Amino acid sequence: MVTAEQHIDQKLFPILEQVSDPEIPVLSIMDMGVVRSAVLENDIVKVQITPTYSGCPAMDVIGDDIKKALLDTGYNSEIELILAPAWTTDWITPKGRKALEDYGIAAPLDAEADKGVLLEGKRLVKCTNCTSTNTRLVSQFGSTACKAQFQCDDCQEPFDYFKCLK
Amino acid sequence: MNNNLYKYILGIADNSLILGQRLGELCGHGPSLETDIACTNISLDLFGQVRSYYQYAAKITGNGKSEDDIAMLRKEREYVNVLLVEQPNTDFAYTIGRQFLFDVYHLLFLNELQKSNDLMLSAIAVKSIKEVSYHQRFSSDWVKRLGDGTAESHQKMQDAIDGLWTYTDELFHQTDADKIIVSEGIGVDVTNLKETYYSKVSELLQEATLKTPESKWFQKGGKEGIHTEHLGYLLSDLQYMQRTYPNMEW
Ligand SMILES: [Zn+2]
Repeated sequence: MVTAEQHIDQKLFPILEQVSDPEIPVLSIMDMGVVRSAVLENDIVKVQITPTYSGCPAMDVIGDDIKKALLDTGYNSEIELILAPAWTTDWITPKGRKALEDYGIAAPLDAEADKGVLLEGKRLVKCTNCTSTNTRLVSQFGSTACKAQFQCDDCQEPFDYFKCLK
Repeated sequence: MNNNLYKYILGIADNSLILGQRLGELCGHGPSLETDIACTNISLDLFGQVRSYYQYAAKITGNGKSEDDIAMLRKEREYVNVLLVEQPNTDFAYTIGRQFLFDVYHLLFLNELQKSNDLMLSAIAVKSIKEVSYHQRFSSDWVKRLGDGTAESHQKMQDAIDGLWTYTDELFHQTDADKIIVSEGIGVDVTNLKETYYSKVSELLQEATLKTPESKWFQKGGKEGIHTEHLGYLLSDLQYMQRTYPNMEW
């Protein structure tokens, strides 16, 4: 059986926290929720990571960055890519959501609201520039697989919206 | 090695590889920036899924083959994708029509595959469903926009559906290996999906003010490695680097 629980050895947490998402550098991989476990076994740190999207090209880089960060603090490690349970935007931490917004990417809405903005043209996504919700979908697909393109009809700012994945 | 399981996995993965390659051809050539990005994003999702399948297939062979060997170094007749996905990007309506006719199938298929008693296939399916739901939204939306658009876009969309229709029935064929894998509770009995597929497709076509073609004759062969002339050209593009510079990496 698979569970959505995370197993992170507390002394490894600060090290992993330093590793950032290569595509969204303000965001730690811990805030993205892609690290599912990190435990020390016989002097080797075993790390399990899970991709946000299947084709996410950042996963190889994330694996390498984790290895390097651990090695710099004296740990050898093994990285394993796991698919189950599948990643969901619910695993992005509140701190991570804040970092996304500050960076100019609107954080994912809940599944129902997400459907509304992507399929029914509802105006619910908050502009990252002026906080207006007078925003519209430009394209369901954006600069990376996880984002859609929006534009604010008040301040005219074009911005990315992180799509809800559940 | 479980040869039937290996073949079964290729049957799933090759569809996504070849369709992903077709969509990738639009990179920088899409009709608008947004559709260009959408098609290449879908391509990327499919390639991501393909990597999981081929990595699993490579593990099953146990002969040291890698996912890249499987993707890049087989001959045309060793690819077992359906004929639908290798059809060219004739115009945007064809690209969308092909995507739509495949997405509806793909989502029905993955919904069943997630119940597989093979934990790896089930995990890949669960992961992929989320992505493929977006693909189907995108392609259905465009079928409706073009079908219910101008007289010209309507005609082009209808021509594409009519032209591609002959390749739809093959989605529901089973090879001998498929039948064995289905009987083991690993594979999906695609014959059970056929009715739902055609009613779903018809419903969406109707919404798009398009006619559902009246089928008489269907093409088949892809699942047995017998392809249309289009696949050879696609593979020569796909395999060029590995054939020219064997084992090259970057
Ligand atoms: Zn604004």
